[in-house]
Amino acid sequence: MSKARLMQGNEACVEGALAAGVRFFGGYPITPSTEVAESMAKLLPTVGGKFVQMEDEIASMGVVLGASLAGKKSVTASSGPGISLKQELIGYAAAAEIPVVIVNVQRVGPSTGQPTAPSQGDVMQARWGTHGDHPMIALSPWSVREAFDNAVMAVNYSERFRTPVILLMDEIVGHLREKVELPEASAIEIYPRRKPSCSRAEGYEPFTPDKDLVPNTANFGEGYHIHVTGLIHDDTGFPIGSPKITREVTKRLHEKIDIARDEITHVEEYFMDDAEYAVVAFGGTARTAYEAVANARKKGIKVGMVRLITIWPFADKAIKKVAEKVKGILVAELNYGQLVGEVERVVAGKCPVELCAKYDMTIFEPAEIEAGIDELVAGGRA
Amino acid sequence: MERSFEQYFRQNRLPHLWCPGCGNGIVMKAVVQAIEKKGLDQDKTVIVSGIGCSSRASGYMDFDTLHTAHGRAIPFATGVKLANPELNVIVITGDGDCTAIGGNHFIHGCRRNVDLTVVLFNNSIYGMTGGQASPMTPTHKKATTAPYGAIDRNFDACRLAEAAGATYVARSTAFHVQHLTDMIVGGLDNRGFSFVEAVCQCPTSYGRKNKMADPAKMMMWMRDNAVMKAAWDKLPDDKKTEEKFPIGLFYNESETDYATAYNEVIQIAGGADK
Amino acid sequence: MNVNITIKEARCKGCGICATLCPKQVLAVSELGKIRVLHEEACIACGQCELRCPDYAIFVDKKVKA
Repeated sequence: MSKARLMQGNEACVEGALAAGVRFFGGYPITPSTEVAESMAKLLPTVGGKFVQMEDEIASMGVVLGASLAGKKSVTASSGPGISLKQELIGYAAAAEIPVVIVNVQRVGPSTGQPTAPSQGDVMQARWGTHGDHPMIALSPWSVREAFDNAVMAVNYSERFRTPVILLMDEIVGHLREKVELPEASAIEIYPRRKPSCSRAEGYEPFTPDKDLVPNTANFGEGYHIHVTGLIHDDTGFPIGSPKITREVTKRLHEKIDIARDEITHVEEYFMDDAEYAVVAFGGTARTAYEAVANARKKGIKVGMVRLITIWPFADKAIKKVAEKVKGILVAELNYGQLVGEVERVVAGKCPVELCAKYDMTIFEPAEIEAGIDELVAGGRA
Repeated sequence: MERSFEQYFRQNRLPHLWCPGCGNGIVMKAVVQAIEKKGLDQDKTVIVSGIGCSSRASGYMDFDTLHTAHGRAIPFATGVKLANPELNVIVITGDGDCTAIGGNHFIHGCRRNVDLTVVLFNNSIYGMTGGQASPMTPTHKKATTAPYGAIDRNFDACRLAEAAGATYVARSTAFHVQHLTDMIVGGLDNRGFSFVEAVCQCPTSYGRKNKMADPAKMMMWMRDNAVMKAAWDKLPDDKKTEEKFPIGLFYNESETDYATAYNEVIQIAGGADK
Repeated sequence: MNVNITIKEARCKGCGICATLCPKQVLAVSELGKIRVLHEEACIACGQCELRCPDYAIFVDKKVKA
């Protein structure tokens, strides 16, 4: 029987990962994500899994990729500069199609920045932080319970699409303590590791895409003798210097996510039925935005909120629909203005888009977002 | 197939891409001969490599193979081994890959004592990128990035490995093929972090710059300058010239490997039957 | 000595290691950049060439007497 427990967002994401079948973690201490590693160190051996503290962030990323290839669902976590260091091998995971989840508990940057203070400044890094052409999935929870749910989702997506998935937490949710009731194991849907579709004798090729454009790559030790490389490779897994294959592989890596976009782009709407204005927010900021919107409603402003759970791929469809309906959109984010650019791209002039930005170590006060709503209603900033 | 060791190669990938006279092919043969001698299960053996000339070896070897990023082979291999301790995990790396960009991973791999066998193909140069100096390019030798001779002091990777906690440390050369094979067999026998340095020739990028463009001459240089450990220990200091170097088994101690130690953690945490 | 020297031309890169290390000068690199057997009769089947061939292109076997 599940019962309510008081826990932190960082702890909840660990519970979620374990519930989703994660049995390996490699990490390195960094604030404000350290509790993820600490909880993993404590809990993984209780379920027969393994935790290893590596010498640095790069090694932490490498060790989880090795473990994933050997068949264990794997997670790493970090913050700020640590996530930058992991980027090389996040690119490797995208190229070699290795399922892995990277938890990023965002803090103020660039560089060492403000290590204990909240920020949502890694929105674009989550999408474009590594090198080259690649798709990305990033999820951003707004509550402790959702940290659990999104961790499950992140692990499932990493397995389903054989791709790195970023759980884009922020310090607000990471360090938030809430009473949560976690679901029973039987209520959690788990996407299992994909299995090779045929034997070696039948001509198995580890990177031949299935109907959903995702390959059914074997684990090491299963007798398939697969070759995994970060070089552009054909379906056999071996590198090939062919423009045609390079084009096809790059296209497929994007398309495997693109064709499932509707399914993986999660958005929640609040007070939107009769809304004339919308606030777009995500993660910890959405908590404040919700209160600001509720307060504005009390003042008689017909404003609603659109909360992005999936940050990448971006919710083009949902935002477009909102833009067709409202007189203006306010984007509230804890940075100098990142997601707002995506909103503007999708809105494409259909309605005004205003930014409510904050980047001073502190979280939004509802009044600050309410002021933003007032300005939006008044027709933009003076 | 003329010889039984060839069963461990992906025949359709040969001939390999290494330059004429490159020592990597010889060291790769020594690795598979060691695997054959030990009778390792081909389905349960994983070859993990980094980036560089030597690291292309994984593509030719008929096992599950993992060609990782530059310097990162040891962390990947650590993950493979800990995730599935049943697997025999062999790392192939180069002098630049292992001791420069992968230097931190190397020393911590030694310290952690995960059951891996690391074979470092030491050709004293960055070959793939055309002959830049590595941390193992001997002082005064030339490279494209050391056109007047390297002033950096070079690493002795074996002493580094031993100091960092590796439980098996040995060196041999591409000339001493059978000895090299035996040194790798010893590494596979050791349950823990085993390190074998294989001195090998790069006639194209290192030899040409250092008056040894003939690969056979480079091998004769190994023959003439490598001194077996027992003889080396008796050699008076004035005979230990700059060119001479010891080969053989330098260190072998039995210590608990990481996976075994972690199994105890799982026992204590109560997850043994999960 | 009765020996079989097998050369896999497709693998040979003509580096000449085998020819130089051969104690009996049995081998030479041809103008085409491949190893050739010049004096098979001088071969003592020591196997030095095979041992150190980086390309697995030369194999030496003693002939089995009928």
